[in-house]
Amino acid sequence: MQAAVNLWPLLGVAVIVAGFALRAHPVLVVIAACAVTGLAAAMPVGHILASLGAAFVKTRNLPMILLLPLAAIGLLERFGLREHAQASIARIRSATSGRLLVAYLAIRELAAAFGLTSIGGHPNMVRPLVAPMAEGAAENRYPALPEALRHRIRAMSAATDNVGLFFGEDVFVAFGAIVLMQTILRGEGLEVNPLHMALWGIPTAVTAFLIHSWRLLRMDRQIARAMAEGRA
Amino acid sequence: MIFRLEYFYVVLGLMLAMVAAMALRDRHNPRRHSSALFWGLYAAIYLAGDYLPPVAAGCIMVAMALIAGFGGVTLGRYGDRTAEERRGSAQRLGHKLLLPALLIPFVTMIGSTLLKDVKWDGLFLLDQKNITLSALGCASIIAVAAACWLTRSTPMQAMRESRRLVDHLSWSVTLPHMLAVLGLLFTEAGMGKAVAHVVTSYVNMDSRLVAVIVYCVGLALFTIVMGNGFAAFPVMAGGVGIPVLVGVYHANPAVMAAIGMFSAYCGTLMTPMAANFNIVPAALLELPDKNAVIKAQIGTALPLLAANIVFLYFFMFSPIAVK
Repeated sequence: MQAAVNLWPLLGVAVIVAGFALRAHPVLVVIAACAVTGLAAAMPVGHILASLGAAFVKTRNLPMILLLPLAAIGLLERFGLREHAQASIARIRSATSGRLLVAYLAIRELAAAFGLTSIGGHPNMVRPLVAPMAEGAAENRYPALPEALRHRIRAMSAATDNVGLFFGEDVFVAFGAIVLMQTILRGEGLEVNPLHMALWGIPTAVTAFLIHSWRLLRMDRQIARAMAEGRA
Repeated sequence: MIFRLEYFYVVLGLMLAMVAAMALRDRHNPRRHSSALFWGLYAAIYLAGDYLPPVAAGCIMVAMALIAGFGGVTLGRYGDRTAEERRGSAQRLGHKLLLPALLIPFVTMIGSTLLKDVKWDGLFLLDQKNITLSALGCASIIAVAAACWLTRSTPMQAMRESRRLVDHLSWSVTLPHMLAVLGLLFTEAGMGKAVAHVVTSYVNMDSRLVAVIVYCVGLALFTIVMGNGFAAFPVMAGGVGIPVLVGVYHANPAVMAAIGMFSAYCGTLMTPMAANFNIVPAALLELPDKNAVIKAQIGTALPLLAANIVFLYFFMFSPIAVK
C-alpha cells in the first residue's frame, strides 16, 4: 500500500522553497509551483489549466474581505483619517506605541475569542487607525523618529492584529477550525466535544498574549534607547 | 437570499473594471496598457467567472501572473491632496471621520450575529453560506455612502480613492488568491499523503517527547509550506496525531487537536505563503521590506511553538474524559 504513494508532487514544495530563497517574484513562484506540481502528478496541461481555473473562480471570495472596504477607507483617508488618528493619540501623554498595541492586542484577542473576528483587520483597522496611532504615539515623544523605527512600529502593528486574531479565534467554540478538527477526528472514529478543544486552547492563548505583550513593551524600551543614543 | 454573495462579486467586478479603465486613461502610468489588462482580466473573473470555461479561467490566471511577475503592473497619478489639506479637513471633521470607518466592523458584526437568521418576505436577508462576507459587503457599501455624505464627495471620488489603494497594493492583492489555488492543486495532487508518508517513514517516534515535537514542529513546518493551518492539520493529525499520540501514547484527542492547531498557527505567522496576513499588510502599510511583518512575528511564533510542545507534553493525559 505504501508503494502507491506518489512522492513527486513534493517537487512543488521544493519550487516554493527555492523560489522564496532566491527572492524570485512571488507570483511567478506560485505559477511555477502550480506547473511543477501538476506535471509531477502526471496531469495533462489542459487538465492543469482547468483545475487552476476552476479553483481560481471557486476561491474568488478570498480577496473580497480586503477589497470591499477600500472605497470607504480611501475616501476617509483623503479627508485626513490617518492624520486624525495620530492627532488624537498625541493628546494622551502616557501613550506609547507598545502600550497602545498591548491594549489593541487585548481587545482583538478577547473579541475574537467571543467570535467577533470582524473587529480589526488590516485594511479597515490597522492601516487607517492602529498603525498611525502607534506611530503617532512614538512620534509624539520623539519628533525626529527615524524611518527604520517607523517601519518597525508599523510591522509590529500588523503582527499584533494577526497574533490577536489567530490565538483568540480558536478559543471560540463555533469557529471554523474547531468544526474542521471535529469533522476530521470524527472521520477517524474519535468523538470529541468542541468545548474541550476550545478549553484546551486557553493556555496557548494566554501564553501568546503574554509573549507578544512583553515584546511590545520591549519595543518601547528599544525605541527609547535608540533615540537616547541618537541624541548623545 | 436577498443579499447573495454573487451580487458582491458583481460589485467587486465593476470596481476592478473601473480600476482598469482609469489605468488605461492615466498617461502618467508608464505601463498603462499592461496594468489595465491585468485589472481587466481580474474583473472578468468576478463578472464572468460562472460562465467562463475552467480552461479559460486558468489561462486568465496564468496571464495575470505573467503580467505581474514581469513588472507589468505599475503606479499612475492619483491627484492626492497635500498633508496640509488632509490635516485641515481632519481638524474640521474631527471624530466624525471615525464613524464610517467603524461602521464596517460594527455592521459586519451585527449582520453576522443578530441578523443571520432574519427573513424578509420568506427570504433570508444574508447569504446563509457566506454570512460574514455578505454582511461585510453590505457594511462596506453603507460605509461608502456614509463617507460620501460626511465628506460631501461623489461616489466617483470614492472609486478614484479605491483605485489609489488597489494600485498601491498592486499584485499583492492577487497573491493570497493564487496561493489558495495552489493549495487546492496540492490537495488534488496528493501532497498530504506524500508528506505524511515521508514524516512517518523517516522519523523514529519511540519516545513520547520526540513524537510531540514531530507533531507540533511538523504542523508548523507544513503550514509554512502550505500557508494554511487548515491544510496542514488533516495531514499531521492523520499521520502522527491520531496513530501515534492518541493510539500509542493515549493522549486526550481534544488536547492533541487544540494545541496542534495552535502549533500550525505559529507556522502561519512565519510564512510568506500566508500572504493575506503577512505580505498584504506589508504592502498596505507601505513597508519597503515585504517580509517585515513576518520578521516582526518570528519572535512571538518561536517561543510560542516551544510553549505548545511543553503544554502538549504535560497536558496530553488531561483528566477530562472523552466519551
